[in-house]
Amino acid sequence: MSRTAGEAPDRLAGLPRTALLLAVLGSLFVTLPLAGLLLEVPWPRLPRLLTSSSSLAALWLSLRTSLAATALCVLLGVPLALTLARARLPGVRILRTLVLLPLVLPPVVSGFALLSTLGRTGLLGGRLEAAGFSLAFSTTAVILAQAFVAMPFLVLSLEGAARTAGNRYETVAATLGARPHTVLIRVTLPLLLPALGTGTALAFARCLGEFGATLTFAGSLQGVTRTLPLEIYLQRETDPAAALALSVLLLAVAAVIVLLTYRRRS
Amino acid sequence: MTTADSPTADEAPPGSTTTGDDAAPLRTPPADGAPAARVRASVAGRAVDVDIAVPAGQVVALLGANGAGKSTVLGLAAGTVRPTAGTVEIGGRTVAGPRWVPPHGRHVALLAQDPLLFPHLDVTANVAFGLRATGLRRGEAARRAREMLEIVGAAHLVDRRPGELSGGQAQRVALARALAPDPAVVLLDEPLSALDVAAAAETRQVLRRVLRDAGRSTVLVTHDLLDVLAVADSAVVLEGGRVTEQGPALEVLERPRSAFAANLAGVNLVTGTLGADGESVHAAGGLVLHGLPDPGCMPGTPAAASFSPRAVSVHAEPPGGSPRTVARARVVSLERQAELVRVRAATEGGLELAADITPSAVAALDLAPGIDVALVVKAAEVRISPA
Repeated sequence: MSRTAGEAPDRLAGLPRTALLLAVLGSLFVTLPLAGLLLEVPWPRLPRLLTSSSSLAALWLSLRTSLAATALCVLLGVPLALTLARARLPGVRILRTLVLLPLVLPPVVSGFALLSTLGRTGLLGGRLEAAGFSLAFSTTAVILAQAFVAMPFLVLSLEGAARTAGNRYETVAATLGARPHTVLIRVTLPLLLPALGTGTALAFARCLGEFGATLTFAGSLQGVTRTLPLEIYLQRETDPAAALALSVLLLAVAAVIVLLTYRRRS
Repeated sequence: MTTADSPTADEAPPGSTTTGDDAAPLRTPPADGAPAARVRASVAGRAVDVDIAVPAGQVVALLGANGAGKSTVLGLAAGTVRPTAGTVEIGGRTVAGPRWVPPHGRHVALLAQDPLLFPHLDVTANVAFGLRATGLRRGEAARRAREMLEIVGAAHLVDRRPGELSGGQAQRVALARALAPDPAVVLLDEPLSALDVAAAAETRQVLRRVLRDAGRSTVLVTHDLLDVLAVADSAVVLEGGRVTEQGPALEVLERPRSAFAANLAGVNLVTGTLGADGESVHAAGGLVLHGLPDPGCMPGTPAAASFSPRAVSVHAEPPGGSPRTVARARVVSLERQAELVRVRAATEGGLELAADITPSAVAALDLAPGIDVALVVKAAEVRISPA
């Protein structure tokens, strides 16, 4: 990115030229399709395409569900990450593997897992149904699908930071008379704030882009479960211009999040 | 610290018990003269088994090589290490053993080599942290924090951020933070070892004033002779997880019986058996050291000879006349120390002795590692004590 003149003579830092060539190919592989997308976007019609009723419905739904799912991720993911990083309990290692599983699981499988558990005939879903709650194919289902898939991102980044930071500050705080709850609120969380910010942003981005699990567990009902990615997939057949417009919107959001979370590190 | 008896009734909310607790005079020694802290416990995983008492109002220096168990002892007192067996008492209250009191309920303060000031809080908020955690209102906590900062000579730093402090400043702020909640025992883990010489000297004087002179019950882990001399009332030496020596600080330094204390005090220490004449120590390799025995030395029992490196002279060949203590040795190392050179040499029995001689003597003898020499020790400067 930086183009400062007069750098050290060996700009390749000892890398072979072949590696440089492949690196160029690699970066083109990532950036070219993005450029292709941007070139195809019907820019003059963009405002109208983005404000159509179906687009607005999807946009509004995506925003609501992603925020709710991110909040759920923070509420449950922060204590989970701290427990995985600090607690010396039996089974923590196995638990860590299980919790991170949705990270690599195909989303469609995650959706099936949720459906099998919380669907009408599922393990818990049947009892919820009997009690008068129906989760599957509702907006709540969208939130659950997004949170299920996104939580590992938050847990992973926070757990790593908590592990690296160690608990020396916490020990000092405890000897100063602070109870565990006070230590968590006044020491641990403030110290982990940067990692919490990154993790939350990543989780939010993942929620916003969730497709497979949402479609499988929540279906595609306009205004109820049809989020932006689902709308894009649907419009692709009938109105490619609208699909492109919504795509560029998601691309912009993703770019902002990446800039905000990774800029400070370099 | 001193507001316990000031009229604060209008400040304390009615029914608030925390303020009362906080203002309780924790520093007052228990009526029966019990120690401020006593660690009589073992930790199997770390091969530590000790019985160490901190008399109320005293600073106890805890000495020992790395891995001797010093940090484990501090951890036992602080509540970060659980004993396998035994008990820990703080302020006359059992905090480990039959019952367990977590660190936040022990009224101990821990200060390590790294000041560990909370980076997200300014200096005043750092010092006020313990007071706030025990329920004191913000304004009152800040006022006491400033008082404490003044006591440690850091009043001018109140508004700084930890990142803006020098090492010595940060350590003084950390000390103020540790003392602010008026702990029953202060635990210091090599508090000066990360500071440069000047900052360490300055901070050492602060420690002397706020710990020893103020009668704070303290455990001070250190490697530095100066810390022991300046700050400690008594010293405990740990070797391999056991207490090998304890007593008044000066006595331990002047007449060390453990190898560690001898090394710390910068003196030579040779252990062996007291000879039949009652004034010589027979050590490994046939080395016999003559000296002045302490009362209490019994012939045929274990004894230790200690002597300053300045009492040792170095010769190329055993000198004429009849010096009483001559040891053949091979030079191991030479090290410049102020105006003298410290020569370390190993005897045939494998003992390493130190001699301080002038640079011109080094040149005259053409000394270098590997050269064989004769060491002569002046009997009048050798102390012999029971070992």
